[in-house]
Amino acid sequence: MKLQNRHLLGLEGMSKDDITLILDTAESFKEVLERPIKKVPPLQGKTIVNLFFENSTRTRISFELAERRLSADVVNFTTSGSSVAKGETLKDTARNIEAMKIDMVVVRHSSAGVPHFLSRVVKANVINAGDGLHEHPTQALLDMMTLRQKYKTLEGLRVCIVGDILHSRVARSNIFGLTTMGAEVSVCGPATLIPRYIERLGVRVYHRLEDVIPHIDVLNVLRIQLERQKSGLFPSLREFHRYFGVTKEKIEKAQHPITIMHPGPINRDVELSADLADGPHSVILEQVTNGVAVRMAVLYLLGLSN
Amino acid sequence: MKLHLKGAHLVDPVRGIDESMDILIVDGIIEKIRKNITADRSYEVISLPGKIIAPGFMDMHVHLREPGYEHKETIATGCAAAAAGGFTAVCCMPNTNPVIDDESVVRYIQDTGKKATKGLVDVYPIAAATKGRQGEELAPIAELAEAGAVALSDDGSTIASAELMRRIFEYSSMFGLPVIQHAEEPTLAKGGVMNEGFQSTRLGLPGIPPIAEEIIVVRDCVLLRYVPHAKYHVAHVSTAGTVEVIRRAKANGLPITAEVTPHHISLTDTVVDGYDTNTKINPPLRTEEDIAALKDALRDGTIDVIASDHAPHTIDEKDVEYTIAPFGIVGLETAVGLSMTTLVTTGILTLYELVEKMSVNPRKIVGVGSILIQEGEKANFTFLDPECEWVVDINTFHSKSKNSLFHGWKLTGRAIGVMNGNSYTFFI
Repeated sequence: MKLQNRHLLGLEGMSKDDITLILDTAESFKEVLERPIKKVPPLQGKTIVNLFFENSTRTRISFELAERRLSADVVNFTTSGSSVAKGETLKDTARNIEAMKIDMVVVRHSSAGVPHFLSRVVKANVINAGDGLHEHPTQALLDMMTLRQKYKTLEGLRVCIVGDILHSRVARSNIFGLTTMGAEVSVCGPATLIPRYIERLGVRVYHRLEDVIPHIDVLNVLRIQLERQKSGLFPSLREFHRYFGVTKEKIEKAQHPITIMHPGPINRDVELSADLADGPHSVILEQVTNGVAVRMAVLYLLGLSN
Repeated sequence: MKLHLKGAHLVDPVRGIDESMDILIVDGIIEKIRKNITADRSYEVISLPGKIIAPGFMDMHVHLREPGYEHKETIATGCAAAAAGGFTAVCCMPNTNPVIDDESVVRYIQDTGKKATKGLVDVYPIAAATKGRQGEELAPIAELAEAGAVALSDDGSTIASAELMRRIFEYSSMFGLPVIQHAEEPTLAKGGVMNEGFQSTRLGLPGIPPIAEEIIVVRDCVLLRYVPHAKYHVAHVSTAGTVEVIRRAKANGLPITAEVTPHHISLTDTVVDGYDTNTKINPPLRTEEDIAALKDALRDGTIDVIASDHAPHTIDEKDVEYTIAPFGIVGLETAVGLSMTTLVTTGILTLYELVEKMSVNPRKIVGVGSILIQEGEKANFTFLDPECEWVVDINTFHSKSKNSLFHGWKLTGRAIGVMNGNSYTFFI
């Protein structure tokens, strides 16, 4: 089985079969991760560069672990101290990397569309590790893997994404992936942080947690960034917490258990209360574990496409 | 030089002529206009059956980039592109380096323009309305007007201060110069790179909302009502809302005119998918509803002019991340073909109306005098072939830059030549 595309640029337009293939493959790699010796050979002799133009600790470490566990050679490239600081263009950076005979590029960049740009410039497989406000496909895949483990199927599952939807690539990828898999997706946040026409992506929009909580199985809580407050999008973290922060008190109104997810890192007691983050219905650490397995699956399957 | 233009159809909205006419030209001056002239052998015959003779087209919104950005375009290459696109006149925008905010720069452009294409294309500089296009202090408008600037604009930037815009209207009214506004309220547009709408939501790119344009035009109309004798021209109208504002202002008798670009009536923001930086244009490509409104506005006269907003950038400048790429595409060599294809072959405009919007109206707005197609006047023509089917090929462009969105497009109708006094050229 192979994926239809030789790059992973996003989940928009990816077929249900391809998503299922990635999730199934990830399950078998998860089993590898339980073994005492966690290394398998499929990408032996392949070189992967992690091209991170934007700060990230956990995503880069997760990719790097996945790459090493598949026996790939790994090169890390970050903006600090690199040629980017010397004013080299993205295209030149990409071409230089190409000249070094790299097989796969994992890229994160603050500008949407950079993975698409790279996929046109280099011959290597390109994996999007987050582009601007656009997509973060492996995050959504690991979220779906986590939910599928818990609920067996994503079909009909009711998931609400809470917080700053406007600036969230995690939200977009989750919307694309989950709707393809047949889940019912809603978003909830202040009107200033919900992008226009998002309902045309097949989601329902809520502005009050109380309105949506009775009707959902899962809350995927996004990180809120303080800089958004400074640019006038919400009045204060205190007010945000009061109306959009997910707390035990609010979700108890559902009268059924609600699974809590968060892409991390958490602002404890801002968007999510500490007791819920650490509580019995939180799957936040499973998400992290599954992240490595899903990234192994993506790298492995794209490796087959060459 | 004695020429016999034979068998063409003359479309001259200035004198209200729309029929077959032969024209004799001696040394760049029209000697005779009649049906079926028989001329002696001293006249070189240019046979133009099925072709159109129109008064020379003017593109009143062009970035020639010189002085300062000659790697993108020069006055010479820009004029060559203009001629090849069917224009005998261009108005060039002041976002050069140095900015056209000093009479010496106006004169430099005029002089360089005269040498550029042996007089085939007349170059009319548009001066900055504010010093350095900084939107803070008035440019030396009297001096600029005296030097021959035909309009005032901070194009690329909006004159955001309402107070300053009022003063520009007042001061420019002494000279009859139109003020051309690039309407984009900066706080609403901040950081945007494409139309704000469903596509920007999908693609995760920061949006420029249509209201950023509309709010400035509304404000300027309020100012215009307050300042007698000012003239106001809205550059590159892109939204249905702006069309509505202009329509109302015209109905109220305000001295307002407006232009639209061929790309804003040909493409929507769906083309941003894939992140081709040539789709990054300011104002951004909008939606089908906006295109429908813009076409209606052309039809009913709310929009007076079609102008290209020719904005050359090099391949390397455009081949970068979408968010940092410069705005704009070249347009001089596709404007006529696109307009004929999207507007004339579809029956939205007659050829006669197209000539008004690409020749008569822009010249009237910038006050350079109508082209008179009558005996004793200088020949100034654009020759059109309304039937010609052709494919846009950026490799044939005369412009230094190739940043077009229309490479490979099949178009119907194009300019086949231009004549300006003693200079003329036919390219097919």
